[in-house]
Amino acid sequence: MILAIDTSLGSAVAVVDLDGITLGEASSPNALGHAEIIGTLLEGALTEASVAPRDITHVAAGMGPGPFTGLRIGIAAARTFALARAVPLVAVASHDAAALSAFEADASGPIAIVTDARRREFAFTVYAGLVEKLPVRTTYPALAPRDDLDARLLSLALPANPIRRVDVTSISAGALGRLAGRMLAAGIAGDGASVEPLYLRSPDVTLGHAPKRVGV
Amino acid sequence: MHVNTRQPLVLGIETSCDETGIGIVRGRTLLSNTIASSMDEHARFGGVVPEVAARAHLEALGPALDAAVAEAGIRLEDLDAVAVTSGPGLAGALMVGVGAAKALAIALDKPLYAVNHLVGHIAADLLDANAPPLEYPTVALLVSGGHTSLLLVRDLTSDVELLGETIDDAAGEAFDKVARLLGLPYPGGPEIDRAAASGDARAIAFPRGLSRASDREKHRYDFSFSGLKTAVARWTEQREAAGEDVPIADVAASFREAVIDVLVTKALDACAQYDVPRLLLGGGVIANRRLREVALARGEEAGVAVRIPPLSLCTDNGAMIAALAAELIVSGRAPSTLEFGADSTLPVTQIQVAARDSGSEPRAAEGVPV
Ligand SMILES: [Zn+2]
Repeated sequence: MILAIDTSLGSAVAVVDLDGITLGEASSPNALGHAEIIGTLLEGALTEASVAPRDITHVAAGMGPGPFTGLRIGIAAARTFALARAVPLVAVASHDAAALSAFEADASGPIAIVTDARRREFAFTVYAGLVEKLPVRTTYPALAPRDDLDARLLSLALPANPIRRVDVTSISAGALGRLAGRMLAAGIAGDGASVEPLYLRSPDVTLGHAPKRVGV
Repeated sequence: MHVNTRQPLVLGIETSCDETGIGIVRGRTLLSNTIASSMDEHARFGGVVPEVAARAHLEALGPALDAAVAEAGIRLEDLDAVAVTSGPGLAGALMVGVGAAKALAIALDKPLYAVNHLVGHIAADLLDANAPPLEYPTVALLVSGGHTSLLLVRDLTSDVELLGETIDDAAGEAFDKVARLLGLPYPGGPEIDRAAASGDARAIAFPRGLSRASDREKHRYDFSFSGLKTAVARWTEQREAAGEDVPIADVAASFREAVIDVLVTKALDACAQYDVPRLLLGGGVIANRRLREVALARGEEAGVAVRIPPLSLCTDNGAMIAALAAELIVSGRAPSTLEFGADSTLPVTQIQVAARDSGSEPRAAEGVPV
């Protein structure tokens, strides 16, 4: 029984069984307020699934990319839940979950999952398609200025095979959990506890200047 | 779920600034005070960078939780409650702790207490096994890189009044900024202390912020350190402009004395005005030996007993958060609901956040079928 948590865009929690069936799901599209709502969503998904915390065997964490402050809350919750129940954590790129959802709706590839990265940029990841029910990335998640994205996707595509752009405003925690289950089955889940979030940006800091004069 | 209401076993999570603190207490007995600090990562920026701090919290939380549980020799299932700092502090940093605490409480099916960081600093005193019990009322002076607050505590769990606080920089911040001005590294407190050791504290008459008679009306117990910082800058610039050497030891000693003088004077004034012969110190700046000396000496002159918890409990830590929640549980307070967030400006009068009505239904998770 997998508990899946993603706060890379809105906030989403799902309980998914190892066959990939979503038993309970709770989400909020709000791009803010992740800290306020995460507990209610965890409870809501568990209650809807009629699953007790001790029945959770794995926790899946959406690792982004996404705005940092919100993204971290879901990862903190996922890591802590896994630690509390002493179960493994599966780190999943949030775009991978979105790609799975996109290919389930339309299997044709290649596609680019595109999400808001604020500061007039998009985060995007290109996928060739599903292979053995797992999305296959052809680029690492990256940032692009909003106005440049289409040109970037054009430059990444083969002429005969343009990249279908899929703009995403929410991540399905059900898809995230389903993907985690497939990664576990394929033996590629690894130890997610120490995987770093996909921040894609350094913290915004500049080294201070010499103290400015106050005037004599 | 059975909660021990006499000696509750509580785990506290604190992430309001640059220390990731996990503390475990049984009632007033400290079992673990695990702290991971990201201070070194901020050193080259000359101050705490919120995003750097928040990232460090996320990485430190899991290992700190494991270490605290191991040190306390407990199992997480044995806990009676989970506690977390809701504010005040850096919003992005606080949120990491809030997210973790909610998941921990739900995963273990334990009640959750969201509490005030500043009141936690007072609760830290309860964990000092070598001190007699804290008596009420007491004046509390909390001084750190993030806050400078003067409080009147009539009861830790129900009645904490803010007498005054800094209107600009925190005292610890002033130490950092003046250290930088003098070409000394971060964090400034220990560096200023070292430089001041050979200096004359009376060499330069730096201003005492908000201490004029005209300030008594509106800012009697408030603090201001930005004018002092400017005065230090102006004084050293004038020296340099005149082609003279800057006597760093004297500047450091005189600056430090100005900060300490204001802090102690206002704290003891409050003791006199409210007729409270007790002063409790807290916060990381209490590490400053000169501050402790002056507070103890002038407290004795004024007939005020000055309490100083061990330094490991004065700096930000999770044990104080756990201790405060334990007191709330012992005094019969219901846990918090799950809906609270991080409140970077949480007023000190709000000791617990989002307390559910005592008579309300237990939360849904307790009824989850198995
Ligand atoms: Zn503090």
